[in-house]
Amino acid sequence: MTEVGEEPRADLKRRNNRAWWLVLPVVVSVAFTAVIPLMTVVNFSVQDVFTPSDRIFVGLEWFRSITRDPEVRSAFVRTLLFSAQVLLLEIPLGVALAVCMPRRGVWVSVALVLVALPLLIPWNVVGTIWQIFARGDIGLGGWAVNHVPGVDFNYTLDSTDAWITVLVMDVWHWTPLVALLAYAGLRSIPEPYFQAAQIDAASAWATFRHIQLPRLRGVLTIAILLRFMDSFMIYTEPFVVTGGGPGNATSFLSILLSKIAVGQFDLGPAGAFSLLYFLFVQILCYVFFTVLTRSGR
Amino acid sequence: MADIRLEGVGHSYDGGRTWAVKPMTWTWRGSRAYALLGPSGCGKTTLLNIISGLIIPTVGRVFFDDRDVTGVPTAGRNIAQVFQFPVLYEEMSVYDNLAFPLRNRKYPAKEVDQRVRQVARLLSLEEHLGRRSRRLDAGRQQIVSLGRGLVRSQVAAVLLDEPLTVVDPALKWTLRSKLKEIHRDTGHTLVYVTHDQTEALTFADEVVVVNDGAIVQAGEPAELFLSPAHEFVGHFIGSPGMNMLPAEIVAGVVRIGPSEVGLAAADGVHAGRSDVEAADGLPAGPVRIGVRPEFVVIGGPRRSPGVAATVTGTDRMGAYDLVHTLVGEHPVLVKTEAGALHEPGSAAFLHFPAERTFLFRDQVRCGSLAPLDGRSTA
Repeated sequence: MTEVGEEPRADLKRRNNRAWWLVLPVVVSVAFTAVIPLMTVVNFSVQDVFTPSDRIFVGLEWFRSITRDPEVRSAFVRTLLFSAQVLLLEIPLGVALAVCMPRRGVWVSVALVLVALPLLIPWNVVGTIWQIFARGDIGLGGWAVNHVPGVDFNYTLDSTDAWITVLVMDVWHWTPLVALLAYAGLRSIPEPYFQAAQIDAASAWATFRHIQLPRLRGVLTIAILLRFMDSFMIYTEPFVVTGGGPGNATSFLSILLSKIAVGQFDLGPAGAFSLLYFLFVQILCYVFFTVLTRSGR
Repeated sequence: MADIRLEGVGHSYDGGRTWAVKPMTWTWRGSRAYALLGPSGCGKTTLLNIISGLIIPTVGRVFFDDRDVTGVPTAGRNIAQVFQFPVLYEEMSVYDNLAFPLRNRKYPAKEVDQRVRQVARLLSLEEHLGRRSRRLDAGRQQIVSLGRGLVRSQVAAVLLDEPLTVVDPALKWTLRSKLKEIHRDTGHTLVYVTHDQTEALTFADEVVVVNDGAIVQAGEPAELFLSPAHEFVGHFIGSPGMNMLPAEIVAGVVRIGPSEVGLAAADGVHAGRSDVEAADGLPAGPVRIGVRPEFVVIGGPRRSPGVAATVTGTDRMGAYDLVHTLVGEHPVLVKTEAGALHEPGSAAFLHFPAERTFLFRDQVRCGSLAPLDGRSTA
């Protein structure tokens, strides 16, 4: 018995392990793009850096001060709220858009190009477009809101207006991504599912709820992860449109972080901040992913 | 349990340039089990979807008994349809799957429950009602999709579109007999699409052979095998299919090259020809002889009627042998009992029995072979 059981193991030993060398390029490139920069940040986060040669080890001091910093805390809540709103708006909107897009015919390509258009615009250009578009004096959008319904709208002065501007901009920019993912998911549903729904006299809503939505789980998981990560780390667009203001109304974590790191050059606190930031995104993505895939079983 | 009548029904996916289903008139009679047999892409599924209303035919009208349903949407037709792979509401339980068509039609909850349990009993799904449908094996999933159709009252017809494609071969037999049993118990009109002749022949009361968008022959399984009305039926049914040999009719005698193989007897009835033509026998000219490998006699006495052939090889199939021969340059397969000795390269003599040998022109059967000595005695 034991002999028989051991034979395959002996066989395994005889094999050489030279194939591991093939992994080396990946290890090297990941080391240079991710691990080494991250370690630099770890290195900064536990030291008080005055000059490159003059630094002292401070242990977890920066982590303690960052987590207690009221400005960081409020930025954290603000960013979390922003991400939640982004997800709540973009996911349903994107799915709705995808459902409305034609399934076949010449209009498919037209619809795809039109929907994908915002995705092709660079982030800072999106910021610039909206910075102008939402202005009350020369921006079409801002002017229309001020004059057609007659609502007083000024994103440079009113914090709610600024928040709405950034949110609407993000929805405009990124709903297409959700829509394209959802559209791809919808297209992969075989025709007989819809035929069966017709035979079962399912309403359009029931068809969506019981056929389309369950089969979108995979792509929506990806869409939610992407949109969460991206919106939680949003930087360029609010930086261009509002610069984090008015006051602190739109200073999200990334804007605050760059202020600490690049503006004030506080490398220690910035390092600790970055690590916590990174950790939180990782954990939340893990939670999202687990919950979404588990619920499907 | 209605008769389903297609009147001049045809369908084209490209605005009439090519027909997926050529205009046809055909009635599916109530309570019978039909098999719709044909190669992939011959229009079987289109025909099925016309019946269920998933496709509105380009021309013609569809009747359920006397009710014109041509324009009636699928939901209004009370059709049960099962597709090639299980189509389920995967996140629902088996119970909810079965209840879904009833709930959509606003049946009262009590009746829903009653009907679901009734169908579950019929399909032996009772112990699975609480399970999530996606966790069942493919065979059971197909049964559940069938159940979704049967759960409604007054099902006009049950349409099955190659329902056993995804099922394990071992389970196919079980499921097929289950289907037969259900058919017997419910008496629904059943149309079963398949490209597998065994499935069709064992399953149906009547097999409808479709090729290239048209029904080429319909009949009981034995009829299709013994008396094909079209070359395609000869090829497609039987394993291996019918032998086809070019021949010629000269003065009422069928010849392959110089060899006489029998008299040409016309049968205008089967081929749909007029009886006027049939009465005078077949006109001279080229014809194709069709004979099944089962009926070719090899190794009889070397005298007319018959034809000389060369053996090229033998396949030992276990229960029987398949002898490959060449008549001129045309292959003829002969099914013989196992263990017969036919050396490759040796000469052989083939007899084609009258009654079992048919004559085809333009792929359509125009007659059969009659004994040659019938003439000499006359």
